[in-house]
Amino acid sequence: MSKVPADLKYTETHEWIRTEADGSVTVGITEHAQEALGDIVFLELPEAGRKLAAWESCAVVESVKAASDVYAPLAGEVIAANQAAADAPESVNADAYAAWLFKLRPAADASTASLLDAATYQSALAEE
Amino acid sequence: MNSSAPLLQTPLHAAHLEAGARMVDFAGWHMPVNYGSQIDEHHAVRRGAGMFDVSHMLALDLEGHGATVWLRVLLANDVARLARANIPGKALYSCMLSEEGGVIDDLIVYRFSDERYRIVVNAGTAAKDVAWMRKHIARHGFNVSLTERRDLAMIAVQGPEAREKTWQALPELKNGSAAMPPFSGAQISDIFIGRTGYTGEDGFELTLPATRAAAAWRALLDAGVRPCGLGARDTLRLEAGMNLYGQDMDETVSPLDSGLEWTVDFSDPARAFTGRAALEAHPATRKLLGLVLEERGVLRAHMPVFTASGAGETTSGSFSPTLEKSIALARLPLSVQAGEKIEVEIRGKRLPALLVKLPFVRHGKALA
Repeated sequence: MSKVPADLKYTETHEWIRTEADGSVTVGITEHAQEALGDIVFLELPEAGRKLAAWESCAVVESVKAASDVYAPLAGEVIAANQAAADAPESVNADAYAAWLFKLRPAADASTASLLDAATYQSALAEE
Repeated sequence: MNSSAPLLQTPLHAAHLEAGARMVDFAGWHMPVNYGSQIDEHHAVRRGAGMFDVSHMLALDLEGHGATVWLRVLLANDVARLARANIPGKALYSCMLSEEGGVIDDLIVYRFSDERYRIVVNAGTAAKDVAWMRKHIARHGFNVSLTERRDLAMIAVQGPEAREKTWQALPELKNGSAAMPPFSGAQISDIFIGRTGYTGEDGFELTLPATRAAAAWRALLDAGVRPCGLGARDTLRLEAGMNLYGQDMDETVSPLDSGLEWTVDFSDPARAFTGRAALEAHPATRKLLGLVLEERGVLRAHMPVFTASGAGETTSGSFSPTLEKSIALARLPLSVQAGEKIEVEIRGKRLPALLVKLPFVRHGKALA
C-alpha cells in the first residue's frame, strides 16, 4: 500500500494538497500516482500568474509509459511552479510528497469541501 | 479482445509475481510491464544483460515437401535467400501480406531444411495468423503441416553480456551456440536457441519446453541477467528503429509505406507471393523515418507532424533512455529527408524536431 501522509488533503485524481501557513496551497501527485506512472521523464507545469478554475487541467506528468493530466484542486492563481522538479522529473518518483509541482493562491470563493482526507483517499485506493 | 475473458498466463507468470512485477493486460495475456524501473531495465539491456518473457508469442513448426514453395508464396520476403545463405538455422524477417497488400503480421522464420521451418508470430495476431495460414495452405493445396507449439516457452536474453551469461546459466548451450552467426538458430537438445532479438543488441532467444522455463529463468537470474518488462522492450525496439505490429504497421497499410521495403523481395519475377500484385499496382506513397524532439516533452503515437512537403503523423513515440530525449517513428511524405527540421504538435503546441535515419541506437551506441 502506498504512503498517504495524514496531514495532507487529496483528490480522486491522485493529487495531494497542503495548506501553508500563509493560506497558499501546494499541489503534487501522490505516491500511488507516481507508482502507477512509472519512470517520470517530463513535467509540464503552469506558469506563475495563470488563473485556474477548479478542476482545470493545468499540468502534465509524463512517464516513459504515459502522459497524465494534473488538475487544479481549487480555483486560484498560480504563484510558483517547481522548476527543480521540472529539471529532474525523476525526483517525483523518488519522493512524490517532497517534489511538489505548483503553488496556488486560492480564489476568495475557493472551497476545500470536496477534497478528501487521508483516510478517505486511502479507502478510495483500496477500492481501485 | 474480449475484456471479460480471463487473461492468459505464460509458464513464467509465477516468477513475475514473485519478482514484484507490475502486470498488465497485453493482447489478452497477463504480462510484466516492468519490475520497478523501466529505465533501469532498458539500460541493463544496453549495458549488460536483460531478459524478457516472450512466451506469449507463438512458435509454429512447419513441415512437409511443400514447405519452401508455400513460404515463397505466403511471405513477402523470399525464404530462398535462406538456402542460399548456407548457414544452418538461418533466420529471415518477413511480412505476411493480405491480397490487398496490407500487413497481416510480421514474423521470423528459421530454416532447418527445405522441408522444415520454425515460424514465430506476434501474440496479438497469433489466432488470426494461424487461421490465415491454414486457409492459405488449403486454398493453394500445399503439402505441409503446421503445428502450434503452445507447449513451449520463450525467453529473450539481450545485451552485450547476454551470450556469456546465457552460457554461464545454461552451460549445455555453449558448444552448439558459440560459433553461431547472428540471425540464425539451432536446436540443442530440447532448447531452440536463436541469435535474434528485438532490442538492437546481441543476444539469444531461447525456446524451451514450458516445464523447463522457470528453472532456466532462475538460472539466468542467478547469472546476473536482469528481468525486463514489456515497457523496456518497447523503448529498446523503438531506439533500434524496429516496427511494432499494430502500431507502426497493420493490415490497412502497405509495408512499402512502413519502412519495410527492404523486407519485400521482388527479385524473382516468377514468385507470385500473396500481396505482390497489390504492391506493384500501388508503389510507396509515404515513408517511415525517425524523429528526435529538440525540446523537452514526450512524443507519443498519432501526433501530427508538419514538414515542408506536407503533413504526416507519428506512429510510435516515447522517451529514449539512451539519448535522454524523446524519439518517435513517423509516417511522412516520400520527399522528406533525414536531416530536415520539422514540427510536431504536442497538446496543441508545435515543437521543433529533427528527422533522422533509423536506427537511433545500435549495439549500445547512440547514432541519432
